[in-house]
Amino acid sequence: MNVYASPDTGVRFASALLEQDDGRPNETAVLPLQTDEHVVGLRKLVRERAVELKLSLVDQTKLVTAASELARNTLKYGGGGAVLVLRLSDGPRHGIGLVFADDGPGIVNLTLALTDGYTTGGGLGLGLSGAKRLVDEFAIDTRPGEGTAVRITKWKR
Amino acid sequence: MERIPILRIGDLLLVTIQVDMHDRLAMTLQDDLTERIVRDSAKGVLIDISALDLVDSFIGRMISNTAAMARVLDAQTVLVGMQPAVAITLVELGLTLPGVKTALNVEKGMALLGKSYLR
Repeated sequence: MNVYASPDTGVRFASALLEQDDGRPNETAVLPLQTDEHVVGLRKLVRERAVELKLSLVDQTKLVTAASELARNTLKYGGGGAVLVLRLSDGPRHGIGLVFADDGPGIVNLTLALTDGYTTGGGLGLGLSGAKRLVDEFAIDTRPGEGTAVRITKWKR
Repeated sequence: MERIPILRIGDLLLVTIQVDMHDRLAMTLQDDLTERIVRDSAKGVLIDISALDLVDSFIGRMISNTAAMARVLDAQTVLVGMQPAVAITLVELGLTLPGVKTALNVEKGMALLGKSYLR
């Protein structure tokens, strides 16, 4: 376990997910998530990083789609926040990590929120549960009244 | 304001989505298509997504809703040109687009609409 100091995201919610990672990130980008256009900008950056890592087209698409779902959650439920985009190396393995963080109301019932079809926002209820299926690793840290952080990882096979 | 163009061919409407749509743009397209179905008395809507490298739950919902709205306005919708990687991701995400007809390309989509609305 390598610990790194996360760059300033402007998010006050001090989640451990923002501070450490299983891999060793050698470069981190921080993007704001405050508007619809930021979500599109993130999709573009994640696609570029996935191509650079030579992920298969299916894995690229899965990662970008998961990123889009989680970015929308940060915007819609978290009231905006930020995302860290990490290049990960763990021995011979290389991957991409994304950490979404917000200072929103938090998720009161996480089990319910991770259930397919459950939504409090009028959506399809597939964002969180669907994103989890599309990546290799998924972690969530949420505290009611403080915020939510979600970390996903996709490794090159 | 940014908009996706809608082309009319006879009583069909054709939309080719060639940009990475943000959510507001997707909603505008849904509204524009519904309005044009009525204004142009369209019987069919073809949505070509061959240039899209991502369909997430929001865009998927927009497509499903558009097809449902078209149906109550007496028009059929066919989604064409989905890339294989997008199809794999959509199904894994849990989105199966119920009620949306699909075809592999615009030509096949037009044939499908031709059959269903001339009947």
